[in-house]
Amino acid sequence: MVALRFLREGRMQTALILAGISAGVAVSIFLAALIAGLQSSIIVRTLGTQAHVVMRPPEERTRTVLEPSGAAARTVQTRAQRLRSIDQWQAMIPLIEAVPGVVAVSPMASGPAFAVRGDASKSVALLGVDTARFLRIVRMADYMVQGRFALQGTDAVIGLDLAKDLGLALGDKLRIRSAEDRDEVVTVTGIFDVGARDLNRRWVFIAIKLAQNLLDLAGGVSNIDIRVDRLFEAEAIARRIEGRTGALAESWMQTNAQLLAALSNQTLTNRLIRGFVVLIVALGIASVLVVSVVQKSREIGILRAMGASRRAILGVFLLQGAILGALGAGLGALGGLALARAFARVFRNPDGTVLFRPEVTVELVAGTAAVALAVGVLAAAIPARRAASLDPVEAIRHG
Amino acid sequence: MADTPVLRLAQVRKSYNLGTPIEVEVLHGIDLTLARGEFAALIGPSGSGKSTLLNIVGLLERPTSGVVELDGQTVHGDDEASVTALRGRSLGFVFQFHHLIPAFTAVENVMMPRIIGAGRADAAMRAEALALLERMGLREHAHKPPRALSGGQQQRVAIARALVRRPPLVLADEPTGNLDTKSADEAFALMREFNRNQAVAFLLVTHDPRLASRCDRVIELLDGRVVSA
Repeated sequence: MVALRFLREGRMQTALILAGISAGVAVSIFLAALIAGLQSSIIVRTLGTQAHVVMRPPEERTRTVLEPSGAAARTVQTRAQRLRSIDQWQAMIPLIEAVPGVVAVSPMASGPAFAVRGDASKSVALLGVDTARFLRIVRMADYMVQGRFALQGTDAVIGLDLAKDLGLALGDKLRIRSAEDRDEVVTVTGIFDVGARDLNRRWVFIAIKLAQNLLDLAGGVSNIDIRVDRLFEAEAIARRIEGRTGALAESWMQTNAQLLAALSNQTLTNRLIRGFVVLIVALGIASVLVVSVVQKSREIGILRAMGASRRAILGVFLLQGAILGALGAGLGALGGLALARAFARVFRNPDGTVLFRPEVTVELVAGTAAVALAVGVLAAAIPARRAASLDPVEAIRHG
Repeated sequence: MADTPVLRLAQVRKSYNLGTPIEVEVLHGIDLTLARGEFAALIGPSGSGKSTLLNIVGLLERPTSGVVELDGQTVHGDDEASVTALRGRSLGFVFQFHHLIPAFTAVENVMMPRIIGAGRADAAMRAEALALLERMGLREHAHKPPRALSGGQQQRVAIARALVRRPPLVLADEPTGNLDTKSADEAFALMREFNRNQAVAFLLVTHDPRLASRCDRVIELLDGRVVSA
């Protein structure tokens, strides 16, 4: 009651510091949500068309053979990697699926080929997949601009730019010639746009069996795509998969090291900014309460004369800090949500779609509010101690 | 308990700046006893040590040496928590400038010592505080903040606040010093009434000889010594 009344009495001060804390909390929540949203957007755009972990056969290495005389070759030339299948891949699939964190596994037979139509021929990457399994790795359905992503027999799904380059439309025929000099005429049953021209030009999806024939991988697969539930655990999961299967597993974190470094830098910058905001809020609360202690010296002295213990006085000011922190956290959380919504509404792509949505999670709001509350109490500690240590006689006489 | 004095001071000395070249002793071995229900005035010129003595009796300052016994209990200054509790339980304070807390209404100010004692507020405390304000003739002002009351009314609220925990001793430091004659008489009459009806002892610091003459006993302090009691 005393804490509340003291706050109510200094209305202007209380309002100003509340505005300060609320702004701090709102900015903190908004910034974190913005960075999280931006990172999600970057990750979705970059990794939306990639598997999180890719398993490949171990690299072929040239072994040094020691001559009976003890002489060895001085230099060993690196061997060219031919297209090979992963040994025992069918047995590996259940092993990979059993690794905690793995949500989808899709074998793929892929290799280089040419897409030929009339006199035109384009170099492409042939991707032979099992439709149902692959859709759980990459949401191709989201990228389809024409037709469906369903591959049977000699169906083929190609990118928008390849379709333009070769003048192809749904239902058109196309000859695929592999590097193994095998060829097959396929029918375009779908056209996709993944937002990257290079991929739209190079990717040709066909059924896995057809790809195995064209690439001379009878019954084999060149890689196994894996999706995990927590993106940033992909590397650890890749190591676990390697441990279980003995095959080579590469996570997106290895193949996109620069992206990962950029994300980490963003996260660090975000934390630094939020740290400074917390510091400013703490200084604001402390300064207002220090002034309040000076202004309320006489009242503190009278309360002490009436039997209030030092602990009770300490509690009054700590509680003021907690109340300011809690109210500021509540108002700031609402402010942060409002800012996040306003951002999504105001900033849009040229086509009118949302640029990206700031990610406001319950954990983020609750965490920031808890920090504000803790900062409120901690910032109040110094003025509270000062209030508690006031000499009642001096406080009453000079307060 | 009824026979024990409400206050006993034995050889109470108080020095400031102890152990320094400017050490000064302001109280030189005060012996003083106040019976229960006694209404005493403490008089003396400025600098005679009245305020220091009142602060020591009010357990707001510790004597340099000597014994302070309040309500039959010897005060040991080294235990801050028990001294604070004893002060809350056994003493009421009335200050010259009322010192009501501006953030609270009149009734809340009166309730404050009870709230501090119990650690919470309840309806019984409020009812008791209202009854006390009624006896002070302030029932209709109970819910006003101190700034909405006149000086005399504020001092009556302060008297009610000093009495609300029914302490055996009330210390009043120039309680009428800031009031006009009529308000001063009213405040004095109220204190006297509580003294007679509820056997609350009062120790009144005053410069006003008119007021001192109406007390049961006058204790005179001069240069840190009791010269007449």
